[in-house]
Amino acid sequence: MSDTGIGAALRRKEDARFLTGKGRYTDDINRPGQLFAYIVRSPEAHARIRGIDATEASGAPGVVAVLTGKDLAEDGIGGLPCGWQIHSKDGSPMIEPPHPPLVVDRVRHVGDQVAVVLAESRSQAKAAAALVDVDYEPLPAVVSPADATADGAPQVWDEVPGNVCFDWEIGDEAATSAAFEAAAHVVSLDIVNNRLIPNAIEPRAAIGEYDANADSYTLYTSSQNPHVIRLLMGAFVMGIPEHKLRVVSPDVGGGFGSKIFHYAEEVIVTWAAKRVGRPVKWTAERSESFMSDAHGRDHVTHAELALDADGRFTGLRVHTKANLGAYLSTFGSAVPTYLYATLFAGCYTTPAIYANVQAIFTNTVAVDAYRGAGRPEAAFLIERLVDTAARRLGMDPVELRRRNFIQPDQFPYQTPVALEYDVGDYPATLDAALELADYEGFAARREEARARGKLRGIGVSTFVEACGIAPSAVAGALGARAGLFEVGHVRVHPTGSVTVFTGAHSHGQGHETTFAQLVSDRLGVPADQVEVVHGDTAQVAFGMGTYGSRSLAVGGSAIYMATEKIIEKGKKIAAHLMEASPEDVVFEDGSFTVAGTDKSKALAEVSLAAYVPHNYPEGLEPGLDETAFYDPKNFTFPAGAHVVEVEIDPDTGVVKLVGVACADDVGRVINPMIVDGQMHGGLAQGIGQALLESCEYDASGQLITGSYMNYTMPRAADLPFFKTGRHITNCTHNPLGVKGVGEVGSIGVPPAVINAVVDALSEYGIEHLDMPATPERVWRAIQTARA
Amino acid sequence: MASVSMTVNGRSFHGEVEGRTLLVEFLRETLGLTGTHVGCDTSQCGACVVHVGGRSVKSCTMLAVEADGAEVTTIEGVASGGSLHPMQAAFKEHHGLQCGFCTPGMVMSGIDLVARKPSPSESEVRHWLEGNLCRCTGYHNIVKAVQAAAREMGG
Repeated sequence: MSDTGIGAALRRKEDARFLTGKGRYTDDINRPGQLFAYIVRSPEAHARIRGIDATEASGAPGVVAVLTGKDLAEDGIGGLPCGWQIHSKDGSPMIEPPHPPLVVDRVRHVGDQVAVVLAESRSQAKAAAALVDVDYEPLPAVVSPADATADGAPQVWDEVPGNVCFDWEIGDEAATSAAFEAAAHVVSLDIVNNRLIPNAIEPRAAIGEYDANADSYTLYTSSQNPHVIRLLMGAFVMGIPEHKLRVVSPDVGGGFGSKIFHYAEEVIVTWAAKRVGRPVKWTAERSESFMSDAHGRDHVTHAELALDADGRFTGLRVHTKANLGAYLSTFGSAVPTYLYATLFAGCYTTPAIYANVQAIFTNTVAVDAYRGAGRPEAAFLIERLVDTAARRLGMDPVELRRRNFIQPDQFPYQTPVALEYDVGDYPATLDAALELADYEGFAARREEARARGKLRGIGVSTFVEACGIAPSAVAGALGARAGLFEVGHVRVHPTGSVTVFTGAHSHGQGHETTFAQLVSDRLGVPADQVEVVHGDTAQVAFGMGTYGSRSLAVGGSAIYMATEKIIEKGKKIAAHLMEASPEDVVFEDGSFTVAGTDKSKALAEVSLAAYVPHNYPEGLEPGLDETAFYDPKNFTFPAGAHVVEVEIDPDTGVVKLVGVACADDVGRVINPMIVDGQMHGGLAQGIGQALLESCEYDASGQLITGSYMNYTMPRAADLPFFKTGRHITNCTHNPLGVKGVGEVGSIGVPPAVINAVVDALSEYGIEHLDMPATPERVWRAIQTARA
Repeated sequence: MASVSMTVNGRSFHGEVEGRTLLVEFLRETLGLTGTHVGCDTSQCGACVVHVGGRSVKSCTMLAVEADGAEVTTIEGVASGGSLHPMQAAFKEHHGLQCGFCTPGMVMSGIDLVARKPSPSESEVRHWLEGNLCRCTGYHNIVKAVQAAAREMGG
């Protein structure tokens, strides 16, 4: 390996441009002659559109056009597709209502797209948008999944009776019922998994451009997966073949899931650019982000755990109503099903599991993947049930977990809910976290806090996640409408420097550094001689993008496979140059050597011969440029143990985080600095969910938390320093042994926080609190308990 | 239209702007200094922080005409020659940035903090950064970077 290879805490290559203001985000790009688009959005949660009068807006200064859903339909533009088809338990496919980029006659949530104004300047477009007169006939709205399934509830879609998009199940219902009948103890909880708004700090933006001479389109968009957008928008919405549509996702300022999906605005700017013959640029204002970026979570769940007399888990039964919002977003149907209930075994040997999920349409923004996507919801209910069981049984929560862990010698482990975990060591991971948290010393800290009038609590969660999404055949069998492989392309240039083209997309993860390290490690080239290119369909052959902690496990593996092809070909060239047999050539530390001799050729000598093939193996193609498509054999299964300590002021209900310690098994670590950074970010978002954040609608469907004035983002003073540790077992089925780290924090920490809060409040007999544990909620719980 | 003159990163600029033009719009759209970012519309996120007269200001909360005659420094203007400012260098060394979008505001805010308080405590850094949102880092490495830069800057 090189000293810029695997395991080095290399400082990031991308930082230089970001630190000097030279990043190039979508809104930093301006195209000659561009117009600005401003979207007219519905102020109503649910209404029929009686008419749209754009006369005044059309005549406003600078306005070039005002376009509506009727214009879109006239041009034959289709609706946004859903990428995953779920079947209900009766075998029927989910109901898929249309999802037009601009509505025609009915709006279904506040923020729904009604019209677009195109003008010479941003301010002119915005001013004119206020003049578009939309005649709304308000209809009754429904915002919560529980209300939406009640008798007589308003209907979001005429074709979806009862607002149920699908009614899905997994697991063995009869075996689970039998486990509950035979149980010594049954613990149940009603759990709300609070709705969240992702809030990447860069608002979404898109620029559409049409070249009439070439009859081709370019879309710049703040997306996590430009190739997927090209596929969906080209093939399903606009009917543009791939070779006539270039999608560029330049620097993207955070995604967290919210920039995976194909959004209406991408279609609007691309379509409008051709229609008016000028580039069209749109950048969301933050207020628009709140009401148009897909939201996350929003489950209402009844969960039950059956235990035998010794505290062993014998059954788990879960009924969830998942809010889809008003439309099926790209992955909206996969999140509350295959990314959720397949994780219900957690780290435990629970033999019988049954889950039923009803996915419900409401008059709210579409709900889709947000950092963790289904897996945080799973971990939260399991870990809250386990802690509640420990409390009811009078057992130590750590001991109860240990008693039920899948043991290291039980892998590969087939769960009752479809997944086969390949590897892990849950007891060791837990030990590492407990040590980091000084779990043993907690009793003394609690006493010390009590003397100061504070309630101190400690909470643990142990969890597993399915990442590295996904083996295409498995995903296909489960309803995915696309493959989930990744593409890696490694080009060794004549003088030995390297360009890597990856279908993964970096929007903060540091791929330009980590992927360079991978190549540096394998090819022996210093990382500063390796350039990583991503985010442009014109440069990268294909790709499925970045989500589900897949970039390294799938995209990194593809790059690795391409380097293997480079080495194989290099051996043939080197053997020829050294007059040896290719079988006798070994590649190590950047050189091809004839085994057992001092004959050696550096990679750069071989690459030069590949491009100047004067003395070259007969029949071998020139060049040293290889592409690999890597389709994973299984999901990866990162796991971890998180320990949180809180101190509560009983007079105010304020929860202060005093300790966050985690040990995670993320598989092999390429860059420990970047891995720690990913853990920090995930923890902050998980803590945000547990203590601060919640998207709230009022009963009429108005978004109450529509800005940073009233949606509580974690700020620096809300968080402590984190203690991050690791206990690693390498993934067994990908060539790098990596598992993924992007989501561990947001999955693992919310239940640990609430377990700690409940522990602190245990003297009041409080058994559960819904997230977020705001001062008001905690204070009210204390007052109720005291009364 | 109003006439406005200001010195930005050591260079003089004169332009005609609408009265309602925000300083951040003038910087990004008129001067092409796109390192200053816009992340919200309620003056909460701090991605747009620049220095006006040496003090940090949210440039989305100030009209361009209010900066008439002022010395303005943006993220593009803090490195000298080929060397990063110690605050920029500390952010790189301590991995205080991921997606980079909040970073210009964080760096500009951090520089002003150290100018006011040469040796800030962890708590002082965290409270100072109340007006700067980051969604990627959990602030952990940002706080470390600001404290390290303060030490480097002689605090």
